[in-house]
Amino acid sequence: MGAAVTTAPGHHDGEHADPAGSYLENTHSLFKTHKGVLGWVGTLDHKRIGVMYLVAVLTAFLLGGVLALLVRAELFTPGRTIMDAKTYNQIFTLHGVVMVFLVIIPSVPAALGNFVLPIMLGARDVAFPKLNLASFYIYVLGAVFAVYSMIKGSVDTGWTFYTPYSTTTNQAVIAMVLGAFTMGFSSILTGVNFLVTIHKMRAQGQSWGRLPLFIWGMYATAVMQILATPVLAITLLLLIAERTLDIGIFDPHKGGDPVLFQHFFWFYSHPAVYIMIVPGMAIVNELIATFSHRSIMGYKAVAMSSLALALLGFLVWGHHMFTSGQSEFANTIFSALTFLVAIPSGVKIFNWVATLYKSSVSMASPMLYAFAFIFQFTVGGLTGLFLATLATDIHLHDTYFVVAHFHYVMVGGTIFGFIGGVHYWWPKMTGKLYNETTAKVAFWLAFAGYNTTFLSQFVMGSRGMPRRYYDYLPEFQIFHQVSTIGAFVLALGLFIMAGMFLKSLRSGAKSPRNPWNSAGYEWQTATPPPLSNFVEPPVFARGPYDYHLASDEELASD
Amino acid sequence: MTMFAPTRTSFDLPPSVSTNVASYDWMYNFIWWFSMIFWVVITVVMVYWAFKYKRKAGDKRIPTGHYPVLETAWTVLPVFFIIWLFHAGFTDYLKNAMAADDAMEVRVTGQKWLWTFTYPNGRSEPNHLTVPVGKQVKFIISAQDVLHSFYLPEARIKKDAVPGMYTMLSFTPTVLGDTPVYCAEYCGAPEGNAAPALEGAPLGGHSAMMAWVHVVPQADFDKMMAEGPKRPDGLTEAQWGSKLYKDNACMTCHSVDGSKATGPTWKGMFGQPVALNGSLSGGMDSAVVDENYVRESILKPNAKVVAGFSPVMPPYTLSDKQIDALIAYMKTLK
Repeated sequence: MGAAVTTAPGHHDGEHADPAGSYLENTHSLFKTHKGVLGWVGTLDHKRIGVMYLVAVLTAFLLGGVLALLVRAELFTPGRTIMDAKTYNQIFTLHGVVMVFLVIIPSVPAALGNFVLPIMLGARDVAFPKLNLASFYIYVLGAVFAVYSMIKGSVDTGWTFYTPYSTTTNQAVIAMVLGAFTMGFSSILTGVNFLVTIHKMRAQGQSWGRLPLFIWGMYATAVMQILATPVLAITLLLLIAERTLDIGIFDPHKGGDPVLFQHFFWFYSHPAVYIMIVPGMAIVNELIATFSHRSIMGYKAVAMSSLALALLGFLVWGHHMFTSGQSEFANTIFSALTFLVAIPSGVKIFNWVATLYKSSVSMASPMLYAFAFIFQFTVGGLTGLFLATLATDIHLHDTYFVVAHFHYVMVGGTIFGFIGGVHYWWPKMTGKLYNETTAKVAFWLAFAGYNTTFLSQFVMGSRGMPRRYYDYLPEFQIFHQVSTIGAFVLALGLFIMAGMFLKSLRSGAKSPRNPWNSAGYEWQTATPPPLSNFVEPPVFARGPYDYHLASDEELASD
Repeated sequence: MTMFAPTRTSFDLPPSVSTNVASYDWMYNFIWWFSMIFWVVITVVMVYWAFKYKRKAGDKRIPTGHYPVLETAWTVLPVFFIIWLFHAGFTDYLKNAMAADDAMEVRVTGQKWLWTFTYPNGRSEPNHLTVPVGKQVKFIISAQDVLHSFYLPEARIKKDAVPGMYTMLSFTPTVLGDTPVYCAEYCGAPEGNAAPALEGAPLGGHSAMMAWVHVVPQADFDKMMAEGPKRPDGLTEAQWGSKLYKDNACMTCHSVDGSKATGPTWKGMFGQPVALNGSLSGGMDSAVVDENYVRESILKPNAKVVAGFSPVMPPYTLSDKQIDALIAYMKTLK
């Protein structure tokens, strides 16, 4: 065993836990047994925790998606379509809160990252398995607060909780804010766990220069989670203090400053945007390498660009506030710094596309999601130029142009990357294959529906349609209708995909060890992986993308 | 003075009504074409190589090369581009962030869910602002309750209205006619689907918070200011009061049919005693709703608060004639 690979101390190994047996049948558990439900809810195995996160995230995604469809349905016609204005405001608030805090932030790091990160490192588990399980339950607790506030009803502040509106509206805001506060801790603890694991538990031969780019992305994300999330926690606590103790912090009627809330909020929430997009980019690296059979061009530049984004993420929060009343001087500085984000983003896109040159491209379903990511993230990035430029932002700020821009980054980028990752690692996680034809049909529906939904939002935004509007002038109707139709096509694609994965679980063919013929480390062990990830402690003799060094045996399916 | 035609010159952008729009639209279109070309090139190259290098049996696995010159170029060259773009956007932005000393100052106040405009002579009007063409207007913006955002899409300008502080914005209208104002910062909605303060505006509070800027010749503007607010031709005093009731969004909180809302109904209120919330009303437990009561409740709404209601109404700046008209209207609501 390599010195860096250690076992997780202080847990039961179950009655018959076999480190070489599939993780689906064996586990380390807080309980004496590893069978059935107890073997899942008490598990200390990062793979099972990752799967539990995945189930939770996908459930929340279904909820957030239904809320999005309700929003789009209401906007299909001017005036009242299916609900009144107050209900509409609650629905779009919940859509935002659920998608940001329950879906996108945990999607890649907590669900997929938990599963593959230790395997990619050649470790047996994360550094702190019990903390890992605890962070899952903290996430669940936060989700319970959020769902409670939904049942209690009436949170209508928007996901940004801007003051003084949020300090004067319904009391359920406190439950919702507590939910976001609690989920923040889950995010911090996962970040700490990953950071220590990456530093201390790499297998023999796993040098920093051989780290899979997915891990570099997780590393950058973990740094941001640890440094930014506490600021959100502080802000939300101050919000609760203002509401319950009547202390004037943000409310001008009590001597506070509403713009201060925006500074605090975006000091977290801008890094949070990078907490959401960097993991999506991290997955795209793995997909492009595997399906073009070569190393990502400019490995070092791509790895460092993730860290550059993590750093810049802390310096640009004021670009959310160009019209807020912050000083012209602050606007100038934040505009200049925001433009710097273009450099590392461009570096990634150029390198991904250049990797394809003279490679060996397989158009399997996960790779389609990587292509869609590049196509859509480029739109998200380029429309960022309009918003970083002070003059043009003033017109576009708080219109549908911004709505379309951040959906192009968070959905067209992160969610498409995440779904690509779910396809890619599905056989690894379940040991089953899915129907490739159905996957491609679902992809094209989702791709067409998604772009229809949000391209038309760019146009209505630049024509002056403000966001968070329950009703609109007739001139905007055609764009809203196109957008709504697109949203339902997207939903159809996602439902077909869900059916395909459920069918795979029930009756999918058994997956070979390496169905994608990848040189990636995680495909060099059994599928599904054994409890200890590798039966023998691995020694990595080549980089994860060194296809020219990988043997035919390593790349073979079985 | 340059006059632009108030027509749509681009599929993407609203018509233009002010001096700053030409350079704005040039920059928007420049970034648009730059982005479009960049996007198409990236996509075409990606798709072309994906098909050209489609996996075949016996593909050699060639290591990815190193291209230091190429990598340096695509890291360094964009830096020059973004510095230029930043500078262009910054200098253009300053045009609307400053105003000349002789600009006409207009106070803009946002509240749920209407805009109030106050002219230099103290006259104020809800949801309608009249300005002379060709004259720079300096908006001094604030809010009564929560955040709002003052947005003139056809002038490409926007600034948040923040309670407890002033923000500013300027523009010089060049085209005669009407241009819309929207609220661009989320500010909630009333119960049910109450009618908007401005006739023809969308429903829903935040989305209903629309106003018009009327750009008129200087002579017309001067005449309007000299005359002051007056009863529109053909309306009785009570009918004018009814119009003011709608224009000032009184109806978002006060019904005239006896139904319950954020504030007490006006039906049968005038001339009758009301119970007050003593602790909020300086110890008074009741009052009679007479002319003085109504006047005080418009100008200083929280001096006396009817029992069972919260002290949430912002003060309104109405002229004596307008208050008289509202009182006349209230007297008709038996």
